Amino acid sequence: MGSRSGAACDLTSHSLLTAEQKAIYQAPDLVRRTLGFASSVAIVGLSTKRQKASYFVATFLKSRGIKIIPVHPKADRILGEKVYPTLKDIPEPVDVVNIFRPSHECPIYAAQAVDINAKVFWLQLGLFNEEAATIAGAGGLDVIMDLCIKMEYGRYDGTMRFLGMNTGVLTSKKAQIGRISSHEDVDLSECLL
Amino acid sequence: MSKPDQKRDFGFETRMLHAGHVPDAVTGSRAVPIYQTTSYVFDSPQYAAELFDLKQYGNIYTRINNPTTAAFEERIASLEEGAGAVATSSGMAAQLVTMMTLLEPGDEVVASQHLYGGTRTQFVHTFRKLGVTAHFVDPDDFDAWEAAINSKTRALYAETIGNPQGSVVDISRLAALAESNNCPLIIDNTFATPYLCQPLNHGAHISLHSATKFVGGHGNSIGGVIIESGRFDYSHYPTIANPSPSYHNLRFYDTFGLHGFLMKARVETVRDTGSCLSPFNAFLLIQGLETLSIRMDRHVKNAMAIARYLEDDPNVEYVAYPGLESSPYHELALRYCPRGPGAVFSFGLRGADPRGAGRRFIEALNLFSHLANVGDARSLVIHPASTTHQQLSDEELVASGIDPGMIRLSIGLETEEDLLWDLDQALRAI
Ligand SMILES: Cc1ncc(COP(=O)(O)O)c(C=O)c1O
Repeated sequence: MGSRSGAACDLTSHSLLTAEQKAIYQAPDLVRRTLGFASSVAIVGLSTKRQKASYFVATFLKSRGIKIIPVHPKADRILGEKVYPTLKDIPEPVDVVNIFRPSHECPIYAAQAVDINAKVFWLQLGLFNEEAATIAGAGGLDVIMDLCIKMEYGRYDGTMRFLGMNTGVLTSKKAQIGRISSHEDVDLSECLL
Repeated sequence: MSKPDQKRDFGFETRMLHAGHVPDAVTGSRAVPIYQTTSYVFDSPQYAAELFDLKQYGNIYTRINNPTTAAFEERIASLEEGAGAVATSSGMAAQLVTMMTLLEPGDEVVASQHLYGGTRTQFVHTFRKLGVTAHFVDPDDFDAWEAAINSKTRALYAETIGNPQGSVVDISRLAALAESNNCPLIIDNTFATPYLCQPLNHGAHISLHSATKFVGGHGNSIGGVIIESGRFDYSHYPTIANPSPSYHNLRFYDTFGLHGFLMKARVETVRDTGSCLSPFNAFLLIQGLETLSIRMDRHVKNAMAIARYLEDDPNVEYVAYPGLESSPYHELALRYCPRGPGAVFSFGLRGADPRGAGRRFIEALNLFSHLANVGDARSLVIHPASTTHQQLSDEELVASGIDPGMIRLSIGLETEEDLLWDLDQALRAI
């Protein structure tokens, strides 16, 4: 899921990253590990509008039993969850900080993600900022850029293939789940292909 | 040794057999099962609501998606290295769905004039009813392409290997021209197949197929498929970027990014036109894909041998096969189809009465089947002047790019010597 309107960047290809950058910031094992342990995701820039990409992503994560924590300067509640004005206002542990804001703002969020002891700093599809990656990396966080957390979840739990998308996942092993139950807390580390 | 966790770039044949299908958790079924069902029970009312809102990836109704069809879609998308695919009821439907997804009344398309006749008819007559105008240009003439493009142009369109001329189109050059005009380049890759050419890797944005032909490969199923690269920037492309009134003002590119076009094609155009592929046909087309490279190597080998044989025959005026050094398209064929430019080509019969010679030639054949199709495992033949184009005078025929003695062959997988024997005895009989 993109965030083209929020993200002031040129997106003309599958990815904004070079092959070397992809190997670091889009490594399949890093993505899978992150999806496997993430139980809380703070979403910076989560929209209040039901047809925005961030709202799709949040709805999806919530249905997978992941706690979503909206970060928004004005809203009160989004998707039934209490909203915090900044990352630093969140009183509970955050596993993943997921960004839906323009690339140039990302260094600020990276510093805040370090301050709140998040584990992974994840920039959505269409977003890339090396300075932010350096800040988050120096603070001990793993960094993922220019990928959609919903698409990646759908790629590895197998549901994205219901829509004919090329998941790139290829294995002769039997799947661990027949279908994804939408409201149970699925242990992704078990069911990832 | 790479770690098992590390992503490996699997080869074409491996993807032909495995991409798009993981043995399911309950039965472990190794072959792709045929999900012969119209609909799917929802997990819960809330899940159903999210599914209809496209916030979940899941099965809704077979007119929109189906697990067997999805396996076919992902497999062919993997073979052409696209972001995904949408299967359709036929090749004609693949074209129509692509255009109806991209275009609005008043828009224009610039297309190669070397197109399958049915495609040309669709573009001229059916598109006119939709308010869309198609302009046709000589595919080799880049000045003509440029001259035909104007502010209303929304797509460029060509076939990898056009017939009957056997013309190979310069895909990367055309893609650059398309991109500089904010248009996607659409390539009909039917005759080349995903094995012989991958248009998206040469810069095309959309590749489509009549899967009826070599993809299925056995002449038993009508089907089509659209594959998209995910690399076109639709942010200034009205139909994909703007809020869609037919999906609650959803902005497909903003919301789905690289999947924007494909999502719109599926949940709006295929939904509304009803042009879905049946799961049973999807299953048969998957069977075709599983042997695609092996079949195509043999199709090409037989085609090459026959083209060379015909070129040396005194009754033959010309052979329009880009695999031959004599073809003006040989260089382009080597660049875009290095393993061979397919197995469909035309040749011309000589003589005072070429139309009659064509008829006698067809009558004398024993192995080639006389019918209106290409891309079967069996060898096929047609003589346009006595069948599809019989009402036209010799002059009218030539004007539409077909001469009275023109024969089109689709070379199958039979024993090479048997095919040569059949052609030889028929050529002696005219
Ligand atoms: C090059 C090409 N494109 C498209 C089509 C249309 O495909 P279908 O017959 O599957 O609708 C054909 C069919 O003859 C074809 O040869």
